[in-house]
Amino acid sequence: MTLAEWIAQPINWFYLHFGVVTLFCAFRVVTTQNVVHGALYLVAALAGVAAQFLLLSAEFVALVLVLVYIGAVLVLFLFGIMITRAPTGMEARLDNDKKLPAAVLGVAVFLVSATVSVMSFGDAAIVQVGTPTDTASLAVGFIGRFVVPFEAVGFILLAALVGGIAVARRDLTPLEEEQRRAV
Amino acid sequence: MIASQFLVLSAALFGIGVYGLLVRRNAVIVLLSIELMLAAVNINLVTFEAMWRTAEAVGQLFSIFVITVAAAEVGIGLAIIIMIFRNRQSANVDELDLMRW
Repeated sequence: MTLAEWIAQPINWFYLHFGVVTLFCAFRVVTTQNVVHGALYLVAALAGVAAQFLLLSAEFVALVLVLVYIGAVLVLFLFGIMITRAPTGMEARLDNDKKLPAAVLGVAVFLVSATVSVMSFGDAAIVQVGTPTDTASLAVGFIGRFVVPFEAVGFILLAALVGGIAVARRDLTPLEEEQRRAV
Repeated sequence: MIASQFLVLSAALFGIGVYGLLVRRNAVIVLLSIELMLAAVNINLVTFEAMWRTAEAVGQLFSIFVITVAAAEVGIGLAIIIMIFRNRQSANVDELDLMRW
């Protein structure tokens, strides 16, 4: 497939548009000097990823991504940023001084996996563009063939959240304990 | 639409995540970079599902598993960061040398 043929498909314009937005926002997440801006750029990057999921006719996954990440996880991140009183304004140093080796490694990871992907799949087409995934088949998979992983993941989530509460909770000092008992 | 375009996008997202993971000092932004890498993995899973279309949409099922585990990881990670901040008044990963030999 030549580039002209590829550009001629209108769906690829959407891909390019959302892909550029995703990559720009992801790049800003790792370069911005403002912690809150980083979290908000992650919202935009993940919204771009959700748009790619819509192009790949994975509507349910896109909705889950928007609900769980943009709805819940990002609120958690913003709380974490505010509680740890990470400076919400500009700060002198958010990066360490190993930028060049890190950039080399990041580019190397990109080049290797992109090259391998293109070599393996070439221009293998995604055939059934626009046919939505039946959400019922997802449900059948969850409570049928993959019921054990499903339960395990639910248990992991419960254990992690209970553990998170236990870790982050502040124990009372003996004096405070005394005062509480007195009341 | 070809599969490679999504795989290349996912590789780029993963590379950006690796860079952020290595370069950032604030532990919360390190977690944000990990989220970027997990999003890249999800793009791969959903792309392969769109290519091969299994009856139970296995690729999409596993991307939802990844999202769930990522949510658990963020919860426990932020709890640890909050506790460390409370003990050491810092959330910078390069100042956490308590267990460094």
